[in-house]
Amino acid sequence: MTTTADWLDVGPVEQLPVMGARTLPVRGGDEIAIFRTANGNVYALVNKCPHKHGPLSQGIIHGTSVTCPLHNWRISLLTGEVLGEDRGCTPVIPVKVDGGRILIRRREALASLAA
Amino acid sequence: MQASELSDGLHGGLFAFWSKSMELIGEGWTGEAAEGAPDVPVRREHLVVVGNGMAGCRAVEELLARDANRYRVTIFGAEPHVNYNRIMLSPVLAGEKTFDEIVINGYDWYRDNGIELIASDPVVAIDREGRTVTSRSGRTLGYDKLLIATGSDPFIIPVPGKDLPGVISFRDMSDVDAMLAAAEAGKAKGGGAAVVIGGGLLGLEAAHGLTLRGMKVTVLHLMPTLMERQLDEAAGWLLKSALEARGQTILTGADTAEILGTGAVEGVRLKDGTVIPASLVVMAVGIRPSTALAREAGLAVGRGIQVDDHMVTSDANVLAVGECVEHAGQVYGLVAPLWDMCRALADGLVEKHSGYRGSVTSTKLKVSGIDVFSAGDFSGGDGAEDIVLRDASRGVYKRVVIKDDRLVGAVLYGDTADGGWYFDLLKRQEDVSQLRDMLIFGQAFAAGGGAADPKAAVAALSDDAEICGCNGVSKGQVVACIGKGAASLDAVRAGCKASASCGSCTGIVEKLLAITLGDAVQAGPKTMCKCTSFGHDDVRREIVAQGMRSIPEVMQKLHWSTPDGCSSCRPALNYYLLCALPGEYKDDEASRFVNERMHANIQKDGTYSVVPRMWGGITNPRELRAIADVVEKYDAPMVKVTGGQRLDIFGIKKEDLPAVWADLNAAGMVSGHAYGKSLRTVKTCVGSEWCRFGTQDSTGLGVKTERMTWGSWMPHKFKIAVSGCPRNCAEATIKDFGVVCVDSGYELHVGGNGGIHVRATDLLCKVATEAEALHYCAAYIQLYREEARYLERTAPWIERVGVDYVRQRIVDDEAGRDALAARFLHSQSFSQEDPWAERAAGADAHLHKHLAEIRPFAILGADS
Repeated sequence: MTTTADWLDVGPVEQLPVMGARTLPVRGGDEIAIFRTANGNVYALVNKCPHKHGPLSQGIIHGTSVTCPLHNWRISLLTGEVLGEDRGCTPVIPVKVDGGRILIRRREALASLAA
Repeated sequence: MQASELSDGLHGGLFAFWSKSMELIGEGWTGEAAEGAPDVPVRREHLVVVGNGMAGCRAVEELLARDANRYRVTIFGAEPHVNYNRIMLSPVLAGEKTFDEIVINGYDWYRDNGIELIASDPVVAIDREGRTVTSRSGRTLGYDKLLIATGSDPFIIPVPGKDLPGVISFRDMSDVDAMLAAAEAGKAKGGGAAVVIGGGLLGLEAAHGLTLRGMKVTVLHLMPTLMERQLDEAAGWLLKSALEARGQTILTGADTAEILGTGAVEGVRLKDGTVIPASLVVMAVGIRPSTALAREAGLAVGRGIQVDDHMVTSDANVLAVGECVEHAGQVYGLVAPLWDMCRALADGLVEKHSGYRGSVTSTKLKVSGIDVFSAGDFSGGDGAEDIVLRDASRGVYKRVVIKDDRLVGAVLYGDTADGGWYFDLLKRQEDVSQLRDMLIFGQAFAAGGGAADPKAAVAALSDDAEICGCNGVSKGQVVACIGKGAASLDAVRAGCKASASCGSCTGIVEKLLAITLGDAVQAGPKTMCKCTSFGHDDVRREIVAQGMRSIPEVMQKLHWSTPDGCSSCRPALNYYLLCALPGEYKDDEASRFVNERMHANIQKDGTYSVVPRMWGGITNPRELRAIADVVEKYDAPMVKVTGGQRLDIFGIKKEDLPAVWADLNAAGMVSGHAYGKSLRTVKTCVGSEWCRFGTQDSTGLGVKTERMTWGSWMPHKFKIAVSGCPRNCAEATIKDFGVVCVDSGYELHVGGNGGIHVRATDLLCKVATEAEALHYCAAYIQLYREEARYLERTAPWIERVGVDYVRQRIVDDEAGRDALAARFLHSQSFSQEDPWAERAAGADAHLHKHLAEIRPFAILGADS
């Protein structure tokens, strides 16, 4: 599995179900959720709802948001911001797909370790 | 080196219309014309172009237009053709055009401009230090400036059989010739079969052409939506329907495992085991920039050959243009960006640098009779607003995406007339706030209506204007109906039928109500969610009436205002379709709440609880041992007896669920569906077998009831209890369906609830035999399944429809009861598969396994 200094290769994109998500535990840090929307775009957030830390990876994905499975808070996959009336934000991990591989940016992926 | 020396070369023809001794390398000439000395032959700089395609030749055209004499030009091409329009290969395949008609620049162009074309002889190496290129035939030419325009290579999926004869891509004229030959060969045998792998632009155009050429075509697409990069789910669904109507077989979610055949292609096998016979396989899964040559020459290459704004690579004397380049991190696989790139390139070559700033792209599918257009970004997102117009009767879907008062994306299906206008607005980034309300109706409407509000546009319609196309209702008739007292949408629908069929004119009818009545308009029934103006009952009725078969189809036909719904409507639609089409509808995992997707109950810490089924609340040592073993083996922090007479194992991680289920399955236990909008459990007391008061075998009936009803999906959770005597120890009178045994038979109770609002059951009726009790139970469940709204328990449902109605349907109407029960049992014949066993056997492993794991400074792939 190849990595560069800045980006971590975490696997082939076809292993992400459409309108679904997979998880990526970070030893000693916050688990990451990687989402794929209906149009095939890929996004990554820390897998914790800003409300009660529900696993966002398990929510229903619609448009570019995910609804938390615990209390139906809606989170933007683009910004990590809570949508609607509620307030809060989940850290976003920059992600890109290159040659069919999912790459996430090392700095943000490992940010929870430094803290 | 003379042209004549090479014209008989084994490696292909040389079309030399202009030729002179090649410049020796490193002579150090400057290429500047000796000013004021026109008689001295001018040594012009030599521009060598690698690639005779659209980008390479366009760049030369742009250069010639600026300064025809500045460079001497040589173009290398891999194909034995002059410069032709690659994007028009589809019409050639479809028989709508000939090759001659798609030639951009014929031999005369090369001749007239003194360009040397070396065709059928691709460049295989670049020596940047010596400034030479070498072709496959061994020809070496020096250059001053080198332009790489190698385009892209088709991506070939690495499956067994990919190299068999009959497996081709769709990239150049030789591919088209191969397809035409296959179609001819097929005709001789009465029609051949082709498989096209890839349901993107190229694949669908190939499929269309092959269909027109008489082949039976199957399109395999890995993603659930065709052209998912360009289209949203709704437009993709419309496209799929239209292509299927033309005789193509479209398989989405189709993952190719292998191309079959010995010596030549015989078929394709999918990962799910399906085998599709075919004598031709077209791989059109995508393209990637052709960078091998540049990479070997040591140029900076990312996803493409990296260039600056002037299309200059990491070597100042080497330029690159077209699909092979990466500019500002972007690569383009469409033709439009070429034009901008070539302009910037030519400006740079004549030292009038302008610079390329990236391109906004649009797509149009070239399949005659099917109009699809997409442009820009339609992934939505924060601050992005969708405006959606659906006209089901005309098969039209339009969606524009607006952000910060600017148009950022558009998807059009069925009516693409305004594609150019939207694309223009998008590129110019004009403020569209003044047009916003009219935008979706297109240029004519928005321009004609000016800044007027949409109400005024409706008010301005003549009385004869047709409002409802389905029922032929004019504006005058709608207004007259409102004048006679119809003060709500429903009243108008009932009074004059406007908006009563497809509903696409609902918005206009609502505006007419507002114009005519002002504030006196009465609100209609609550809609299903913000995505639709229809209520649950309307949606269910139309699903059945119109025979709808998928979520995107419902959203299209009922004019959903969002591209793919929300977390409220998607699970509801999934249930309504599942209920309407037992055994046929494929459950949509992405539209299931987490618990139903994971077949376990999510807890506040993200772990799950697992409840195996205990039929009628009866267990045995083997089951108890297995549960105890699971609790220990997986370190479950708690195991608890539930209110439904079974055991709940807490704290199981999602990764461990399949293994837990395998252990429970091994002891004969199946899913208890404690997580589902489904039959939960049948609670029983011990009944006549043990209890001194028991009147009937309540445990036996409970077990039979549970065996009949388990696995059924419902609008909401559903609980049953059977008590052996009126003391009612199983609490049957606060269940969705309760049986209280008495000496003379069985009292059947319905609509109870022990939740927030405790509701005791209504007595439905009394029956004499166990068989009747089961039969009535099945009929009642089916009535609830078919008529209650999603997430409506039986208690509020019965309060809404009245127990008399339920009694009339279940007790009074014998034939209706039998039919309901039969429908339930039919549905159950498909639903009583243990979902745990499937998962334990490896199904849907992606739901349980991590994608990978990051340990600082290492990543471990889970299943790659």
